[in-house]
Amino acid sequence: MSFNKRYKEMEMGAVIPACTGLEFKTGDWRTQRPVIDYKKCVECLICWALCPDSAIVRKGTKVEVNYDYCKGCGICSVECPAKAIAMKREEV
Amino acid sequence: MATVQEARQKMMELTGDQAIAYGAKQAGIDFIAAYPITPQTIIVEKLSEYLADGVIDAKYINVESEHSAMSVVIGASLAGARGFTATSSQGLMLMFEELAVASGMRQPVVMAVAMRALSAPINIHCDHSDFLSTRDQGWVMMMAENAQEAYDQTIMAFKIGEDPSVQLPVMYSIDAFIITHNMENVYTLPDETVSGYLGVRKPIHRLDPDNPMTFGPLALYDSYFEFRRQQHDAMMNAYRVTKDVFVDYERMSGRKYSPLKNYMTDDADVLVFAAASTVGTARQAVRKLREEGVKAGVSGLTMLRPFPVPEVIETFSKVKAVAVLERMASLGSPAGPHYMDLASAVYPQLDVRMYDFVYGLGGRDIDSQMIARCAKTALSDAEHKRPNEVRFLGVRE
Repeated sequence: MSFNKRYKEMEMGAVIPACTGLEFKTGDWRTQRPVIDYKKCVECLICWALCPDSAIVRKGTKVEVNYDYCKGCGICSVECPAKAIAMKREEV
Repeated sequence: MATVQEARQKMMELTGDQAIAYGAKQAGIDFIAAYPITPQTIIVEKLSEYLADGVIDAKYINVESEHSAMSVVIGASLAGARGFTATSSQGLMLMFEELAVASGMRQPVVMAVAMRALSAPINIHCDHSDFLSTRDQGWVMMMAENAQEAYDQTIMAFKIGEDPSVQLPVMYSIDAFIITHNMENVYTLPDETVSGYLGVRKPIHRLDPDNPMTFGPLALYDSYFEFRRQQHDAMMNAYRVTKDVFVDYERMSGRKYSPLKNYMTDDADVLVFAAASTVGTARQAVRKLREEGVKAGVSGLTMLRPFPVPEVIETFSKVKAVAVLERMASLGSPAGPHYMDLASAVYPQLDVRMYDFVYGLGGRDIDSQMIARCAKTALSDAEHKRPNEVRFLGVRE
């Protein structure tokens, strides 16, 4: 949304184009980052299924964290049955 | 637009609730979500009968609460449907959050409200506290005096809300039991007249998988204010559009509507301001006052939001005093909700003195003698330049 438009130029009822979230990287809110230990990973995909922000990306049965959008909530780390995901403090 | 002569209008015996359901049926509603609550229940019950009988072609969802009813109607409206619901009292309070969502998302949903007292203590009878409490939530609001007005306002509500320059939800109300459950003769327009008048709803934006859009995004301090400013413009447009709709509807039906229903106001010294079914009682009081030589008149409110400021100024400019009747106690406020609207409308242009009377809470009856006494009190207070104090009519003190 353009923030310098006058009110009459803005779309009625705040209707805006779809998928504007793609324009914003929201991963910088994070204070801790999940780090996957691939030696322990059993490729069960539970982290991929449970990530509330779709920030675990799946390639076949392999998973990766998309740090552009991961907020560092730690659900993947808690739920991983193989204890393969550690939460590491973000350095400033 | 040709007038449908009374002979071609079917006179039906309808309660206020049935009149609303019949109007909604003719309006071609696509969608209903509702939760029953006395004394509105007959409206949605009747609509479910129409659906079961195949008389209307609509989707009907029984929800588990009024909060859901309004949420689901907003969703259907976003998909382009002409949505309708009805509620009362506690149900309207439970909907409160969604009222601002409907108006903020600019969805022209229509809702009928049977005005009933709020808990606690629990009470099912007439009181305007539920309806009037929602007056700042961005809805166009009308108040009907009887079943005929309830039927007519049902049809007009869709026309007003769906106007491209308005796109706002519309609420209109009737008095619990006094109107919801009493049967009257109601003139109804032919089906094809109503469907020709309203046509099919043309949404400006709608949920469409082929053209995805974001509805209801986050809007913080850099854009939220502008969206509220747009709603103010839409309300001002609604004032003009509603008056146009009243004119067109009169041409079509022969029944005259105006934001303020004035009766014997031209030469009046004192006015009784009232809303909903009490307007009729006030007319009776004024006729008696005239017989006694008191020059009294009635100003009955039809349009609560947008508030008809020009009509109020014009009408009140000719009188010395106004007795404002309120069926809601605005506890802790300087006066009731109607008084606050009226005082803001006339200040600082007029010198009229207004006196506030709270009446009929929880369905307590009001009669023409009580109203006549209010008018005389207001006139006497004005002559003695007494300050306003909120008075409670008929309370055992």
